[in-house]
Amino acid sequence: MAPFMDPPPLTSVDTALTAHTTATPALVAPEPEHCPGPESNLAGKDDACAGCPNQAICASAPKGPDPDIPIITQRLAGIKHKILVLSGKGGVGKSTFSTLLAHAFASNSANTVGIMDTDICGPSIPKMMGVEAETIHVTSTGWEPVWVSDNLGVMSVQFMLPNRDDAVIWRGAKKNGLIKRFLMDVEWGSMDYLVVDTPPGTSDEHLSVNSYLKESGVDGAVLVTTPQEVALLDVRKEIDFCKKAGIRILGLVENMSGFVCPKCTHTSEIFRATTGGGRRLAQDMKIPFLGAVPLDSRIGMACDFGESFFDNFPDSPTCKALKEVVKNVGKEMGVKEEDVLGEDMFPHVKTLTASSVSSAKEESPVATPLAQARKVLGNDTLEAQRAVIEVRNDAVKYVDTATTYANYSKDQAVEALTENERLKMKVAKLEREGILEQREFMHTT
Amino acid sequence: MRQIQTTLNTITPQSTRSPSYSHNFCGGLPVTRQNRLQPPRLLLTCAMSLDNVGSIILVLSGKGGVGKSSITTQLALSLSLRGHSVGVLDVDLTGPSIPRFFGIENAKVRQAPGGWVPVPVHEAHALQHSATDSADGTSKDHHHMGALHCMSLGFLLGNRGDAVVWRGPKKTAMVRQFLSDVHWGQLDYLLIDTPPGTSDEHISLVETLLKNARPGQVAGAVVVTTPQAISISDVKKELNFCKKTGVEVLGVVENMAGFVCPNCAECTNVFSKGGGEIMARDFGVPFLGSLPIDPMFVSLIEEGKRPVYPKGTTVAGNPVEATSNGTPAQHREVQNGSLADKYTSCSLYPIFDGIVTELVAKISKT
Repeated sequence: MAPFMDPPPLTSVDTALTAHTTATPALVAPEPEHCPGPESNLAGKDDACAGCPNQAICASAPKGPDPDIPIITQRLAGIKHKILVLSGKGGVGKSTFSTLLAHAFASNSANTVGIMDTDICGPSIPKMMGVEAETIHVTSTGWEPVWVSDNLGVMSVQFMLPNRDDAVIWRGAKKNGLIKRFLMDVEWGSMDYLVVDTPPGTSDEHLSVNSYLKESGVDGAVLVTTPQEVALLDVRKEIDFCKKAGIRILGLVENMSGFVCPKCTHTSEIFRATTGGGRRLAQDMKIPFLGAVPLDSRIGMACDFGESFFDNFPDSPTCKALKEVVKNVGKEMGVKEEDVLGEDMFPHVKTLTASSVSSAKEESPVATPLAQARKVLGNDTLEAQRAVIEVRNDAVKYVDTATTYANYSKDQAVEALTENERLKMKVAKLEREGILEQREFMHTT
Repeated sequence: MRQIQTTLNTITPQSTRSPSYSHNFCGGLPVTRQNRLQPPRLLLTCAMSLDNVGSIILVLSGKGGVGKSSITTQLALSLSLRGHSVGVLDVDLTGPSIPRFFGIENAKVRQAPGGWVPVPVHEAHALQHSATDSADGTSKDHHHMGALHCMSLGFLLGNRGDAVVWRGPKKTAMVRQFLSDVHWGQLDYLLIDTPPGTSDEHISLVETLLKNARPGQVAGAVVVTTPQAISISDVKKELNFCKKTGVEVLGVVENMAGFVCPNCAECTNVFSKGGGEIMARDFGVPFLGSLPIDPMFVSLIEEGKRPVYPKGTTVAGNPVEATSNGTPAQHREVQNGSLADKYTSCSLYPIFDGIVTELVAKISKT
């Protein structure tokens, strides 16, 4: 049988885009190869349906609009601005940018901000926010998002995994179901901004988020890219998807554009832009260019620790570039400039809440581990990277190590990390036994 | 949608006389000096296209943007430089990058009776110059190169900017079609480049392979990560996926571990350091190697420029062959040569050669 690849007719794209807006019948078998979708108008009548065990179900199912969409619209009614963060390519910094955007909005204490992580297979947002070990609190009115601070809440599949490293091996339909629940069951309440982080590609998650949010309205999508053509190739496809789906594009951000060597401060192109980079693409596609953000190795570090990059390294050139990008995003959305960012974006010392279990808990505010390291070893950030940080606690001594060991020999580094892992396990055991409260270590795990 | 041209109208008289010769390599390919050296390859029309494939290696990573496609490309080039015939299948349907990496974005897929024919990157041929000459003057045995073919959805798109907006079942069907309806022919290794995550493509890939491949044909998976903790936490999920589905992990490769500033040659750890090795140890899987970011490799892929390094550059402690002033490589022009030939000048090539040696030894042992 000679295979053939017929061009996907335009109708099939439209069907895919509107599929989630109609009610889904309950199927008894997996969908066949060229299934038009159980929710589409051709369900049960298409050529591909012949022989499928679900044919009768699909043909007789009511074809009205999905009754859950009005519920979703109602849930999200209190949210003033919704932003999607998209990129066709993986690894360009979508999650990083989402967290930075959320932190930036949340720096203005009058704003309430939420992040929804729709990346089911690789949920990174909880780790970047430092709340990886939390679980979802279920109330009678719905699921409560995990609050990182007073005005910043997170929802992600990571909180639902029994084990942190469990793989989520789900097909598209099941992922759509979970995203629907995030929108339907989570009590977002009244918020100023909801940032939706998406996985790479143009697939089920994007289609479902788009369809469910169509009625309640999305302010627009921010596209993230890196300068090289391999990334731009995929971002072009994402722009095409946005145009087909009717999503307004707020603009394009070029991440990792330029690297400043910490030793000689020479700027080099780590990912060369051979075809003009993001700027040229934005020009060609006639979308706003929101800014270029240089690569700073400390962003990666801040994300690994779950700290806010803005708070810890405010004098970095990356920070300034990011503030410009956030201001431009606000401008595109039509928000007044003074309402977007907080008045001072400078580090404030985070206070860990006193633990009732550990009686000898210090009352004075404890600075974050990174800030402590800098204080101890001076402001030389390269030295801070090489620091070993100690967070004392009467119950257990927890040694957290910075992730680069330029001064250590390989054996010493491996030894230090092994010791770190051993102590982490000890801490986890004490947490499980209730001796240590989990919240204490929110900023250190 | 690009038309897939059948080769019925390009069969030369020679090939119709001997039905065992493949139709495909006579028509459509520019006849270069390299092609003329070798007779057309025998393509057996077999019922199951994977029958004549020696070993299948998956390249996985839970996280996006860690360098799966780059590493698949480099593994393919390194294996080919050792004389093995290699096929590359790009299963990333929404973001197919492999055509761009091999520089054959504008190529078309040909259809033979019974299946698609993968697009050739280069045929089996002999390299004009030997690769790196070691210090004592003996040249390595890299002068015979195996054939390299690849297949990707990128070749089938009408416009390179067209979005592929497909739901799960259609992606599943496409992956199955790639595995069963492509004429891979006689291959030593088939590398499969996957998209990030653990979703439809991965599930259908593993399912189809478990059903159709010979026992032991799927050699295993090479898992790619960057050293950062964020990547590690996603890649741990991928390792659990391999454990659950019974795919053996051949090893972990840590990519983007360090960037050497071209000005002062100081290596900065832009995405932290060491995470990949720790993770490999925790999960009890082999650690294959650590690769730095090499902008010269990027310019090789993007612009086709042969990598040239300033004097004194070291990668992983070994000095890179200085190509900038009057050395044996001087006679090589910057632009001439095939991709594989230019890749031998890249600083990452020796590292990959080592990785490939280890992989080949491991696979042939099982």
